[in-house]
Amino acid sequence: MSDLTSLTLEAAVEGLKAKRFSSLELTQAHIQAMESGRALNAYVLETPDKALSMARAADARIASGAAGPLEGVPLGIKDLFCTEGVRTTACSKILGDFKPTYESTVTTQLWRDGAVMLGKLNLDEFAMGSSNETSAFGPVANPWRAAGSNQTLTPGGSSGGSAAAVAADLCLGATGTDTGGSIRQPAAFTGTVGIKPTYGRCSRWGIVAFASSLDQAGPIAKTVEDAAILLRSMSGHDPKDSTSLPVEVPNFPSFVGRSVKGLRIGVPAEYSAPGMPAEIQALWDQGVAWLKDAGCEIMPVSLPHTKYALPTYYIVAPAEASSNLARYDGMRYGIRAEGKTLTDVYELTRAEGFGEEVQRRILIGAYVLSAGYYDAYYLKAQKVRRRIADDFAKAFETVDALLTPTTPSSAFALGAKDTMDPVTMYLNDVFTVTANLAGLPAMSLPAGLDSQGLPLGLQLIGRPLEEGTLFSVAGALEKAADFRAKPRAWWRG
Amino acid sequence: MSDILDVVPADPKKFIQGRSGPWELVMGLEIHAQVASNSKLFSGAAVGFGAGPNEQVSLVDAAMPGMLPVINRHCVEQAVKTGLGLKAQINPWSRFDRKNYFYPDLPQGYQISQFKDPIVGEGEVLVERDDGSSFTVRIERLHLEQDAGKSIHDIDPNATYVDLNRAGTALMEIVSRPDIRSSEEAAAYVKKVRTIVRYLGTCDGDLEKGNLRADVNVSVRRPGEGLGTRCEIKNVNSYRYIQQAIEYEARRQIEVLEEGGSITQETRLFDPGKMETRSMRSKEDAQDYRYFPDPDLLPLELDAAWVEQIKASLPELPDDKKARLQSQYGLSPYDAGVLVIEGERAGFFERAAQGRDAKLVANWTTNELLARLAKSGQDIENSPIPPEDIAGLVELIETGVISSKIAKEVFDRMWAGEGTPQEVVDKHGLVQVTDTGAIEAVIDALIAANPDKAAAVKEKPQAIGWFVGQVMKETGGKANPAAVNEILRSKLG
Repeated sequence: MSDLTSLTLEAAVEGLKAKRFSSLELTQAHIQAMESGRALNAYVLETPDKALSMARAADARIASGAAGPLEGVPLGIKDLFCTEGVRTTACSKILGDFKPTYESTVTTQLWRDGAVMLGKLNLDEFAMGSSNETSAFGPVANPWRAAGSNQTLTPGGSSGGSAAAVAADLCLGATGTDTGGSIRQPAAFTGTVGIKPTYGRCSRWGIVAFASSLDQAGPIAKTVEDAAILLRSMSGHDPKDSTSLPVEVPNFPSFVGRSVKGLRIGVPAEYSAPGMPAEIQALWDQGVAWLKDAGCEIMPVSLPHTKYALPTYYIVAPAEASSNLARYDGMRYGIRAEGKTLTDVYELTRAEGFGEEVQRRILIGAYVLSAGYYDAYYLKAQKVRRRIADDFAKAFETVDALLTPTTPSSAFALGAKDTMDPVTMYLNDVFTVTANLAGLPAMSLPAGLDSQGLPLGLQLIGRPLEEGTLFSVAGALEKAADFRAKPRAWWRG
Repeated sequence: MSDILDVVPADPKKFIQGRSGPWELVMGLEIHAQVASNSKLFSGAAVGFGAGPNEQVSLVDAAMPGMLPVINRHCVEQAVKTGLGLKAQINPWSRFDRKNYFYPDLPQGYQISQFKDPIVGEGEVLVERDDGSSFTVRIERLHLEQDAGKSIHDIDPNATYVDLNRAGTALMEIVSRPDIRSSEEAAAYVKKVRTIVRYLGTCDGDLEKGNLRADVNVSVRRPGEGLGTRCEIKNVNSYRYIQQAIEYEARRQIEVLEEGGSITQETRLFDPGKMETRSMRSKEDAQDYRYFPDPDLLPLELDAAWVEQIKASLPELPDDKKARLQSQYGLSPYDAGVLVIEGERAGFFERAAQGRDAKLVANWTTNELLARLAKSGQDIENSPIPPEDIAGLVELIETGVISSKIAKEVFDRMWAGEGTPQEVVDKHGLVQVTDTGAIEAVIDALIAANPDKAAAVKEKPQAIGWFVGQVMKETGGKANPAAVNEILRSKLG
């Protein structure tokens, strides 16, 4: 049975279709894996009963020949997606035992296509973090450990639970969200594939908001093909989200395996951060070589405003968050601390309900929006954001996609942040925030292991709505890299 | 004076006498008009008066996690219509901003409003004073925003109840320039705006329900000086209160200034019970609303053809209707003005005036019917006397069947529900005697009985009046006065 959890999503769909196994068997295998993987703390809520009943329904549809593209496939859902009748917390204390009466658009589409929900996955509180350590449920452990070490590493964040669950075969795929790299950085740290599509590709309706102009949902998966299959189901115009794009969803899986011959790949000089480990640079060079071998034309490009991206991001995102999180006021749902006055109730509720990092970002956000500072911070950041987007637009006049490292390092130890100032932690997002600021599709895929045996990721950034190109290029890289390493399953005890 | 805000020539007649000399009152108004719409501005929830508490609240209105606003096209159309009715610039590009503050009846923790880029720009309103003269109030802007819910503090001494039915309903805030110089002008301006929005069907103008309410910015100054410091009186919702609040506030400010004090810019509330305004919050405690563009909504771009289409569909507006009633029916500016205050009045008049003496119809409508309706607190739409009956009454007068004097009696009986004018006349035998033979017989008898008086008429023609009076007395007032005069003159003259 444990074999079933090592399948790719694509292979599982094939096997189900060929009736080599049932969704019930597949789901049971994953429930077992989920339970024996509790040491990872990837799931904050397991929903085995729901999973089994969904699996039975899927088997019935398979039997009747009415199978959807994800029929019977067990998935994990980041606990930022509202799930009807199932506790949704954003991994914050402030939501308490909140059970939505509604289902997010993205998950609705996954269930529409036949997928099975295993449970809700851990994340940094309100998706604010890069190590999954800000979660009210405690950090997730990265399934990967450095060779010869028992030290627990971070899976990255904020979609740390999603990445760890996929890497440890605790689900066949997972949903994530990416505001500044929250899909791609954890994917890179766990040897998985993650894509943040074009802003507006996936509906934000029913996803707990962090920073509205940057948030996008996307999958974390075992392979490029799996990511393409999942993204196809997750995407689509939603009239309930004004920023959702009214465009057709391409057949993403059909792009995987296409020839990339003649595609022009840009290598942005500015992503070569000084002090970046040589291993990362070497991997990047390797990626360039692989694509050259596959027939791509490699071109140096310049994105001169890259160095402003991180500060811009850490103004825009907290500004929006400070306002988006105002609704958690103890009045209608979630926890409420009692106080003598209304102001007391607000202050005590929010002091008790929000963790330190969330409070920090609310404060930063309120500050940059306040009278007298708005022009210098928020308005300036918006102008820089425009420049960053213009840099990309200019580069995409000559190239079809960009290749960069996903992160400036491999996974670091849990607890390392205790000795790290917040800005050092924020530096994790240095290569990923740019795509969010410009609204571009970007993807991370595993390309090799570093000298400690930890996975490293390469990032591809594409033109708006050209996820298809990313899937083709990623397919070529995946083939060349032939990344088959798996973490050893220490968590099974 | 180069200040564009300050363009109204000073009129000493409006000055307020203080102890130390005259003061000029300067005001601008912000009118909040609830958009006539079946659903809310961003949520699609129903809008209606009389629903039970919290029965008209959607997930969006309650600011549940992950909920997103979607603009209501009808509300935008209503705002554009209103802008056109205010002869204002319609901005092809506008944007929604978030106004951030905490209050239990504001579930999102922010109000979606238009701060920097409103949908409607500068316009103007021609306002009639009671004496028939008119003045212009310039409109600075009109913007769309969400209303908040209602906090109810008087159900329980220890708790506040919140009703979110109103939360999210669409408001138009119409901001005037400081062109108003007396409390009467302020009330007249609100009346005129109310008339315009009711003509357009963009707001029901119901002051009692708070669907139209005004904030008044009041300042005073010595004639010839620059604008003084203003105080804003919040949420005044009747013409009488507007006048009373302004008069109190002007006196208060003058007193403070005459005692050597200075006015603090602040927000004040009018207490109709105590007939005074009192401080609500000063500028120093004014909240920093941290306005910024709402990232959940796209900028609002209006199609020029759509705006043109709305323009073409506008009904005849009060100023145009007034001009037409004057030219088409020969009405006085006063009568035309009274009739156009309500579109229904003018409609009533026009239905009654078909083929009749329009001035007579106008007189009966304005002097008799409207006075009666006002006394009994009824609207003209529910008038117990329909327009056809006013037309019938005027016809009876025109054709000499009844005199104007009898017409009053007929009108009273019509009001009392005795039927059409013809029915009333028939029932009570109120027909005017135009049978010259019958009148002649009465006159002959009178002359025969009063030879001295008949002789006197030959010397003093005015003495004929005595005979007229006697004939009327003998005929119970039913004799046609013209016929009486003519016969008397031929016999005595």
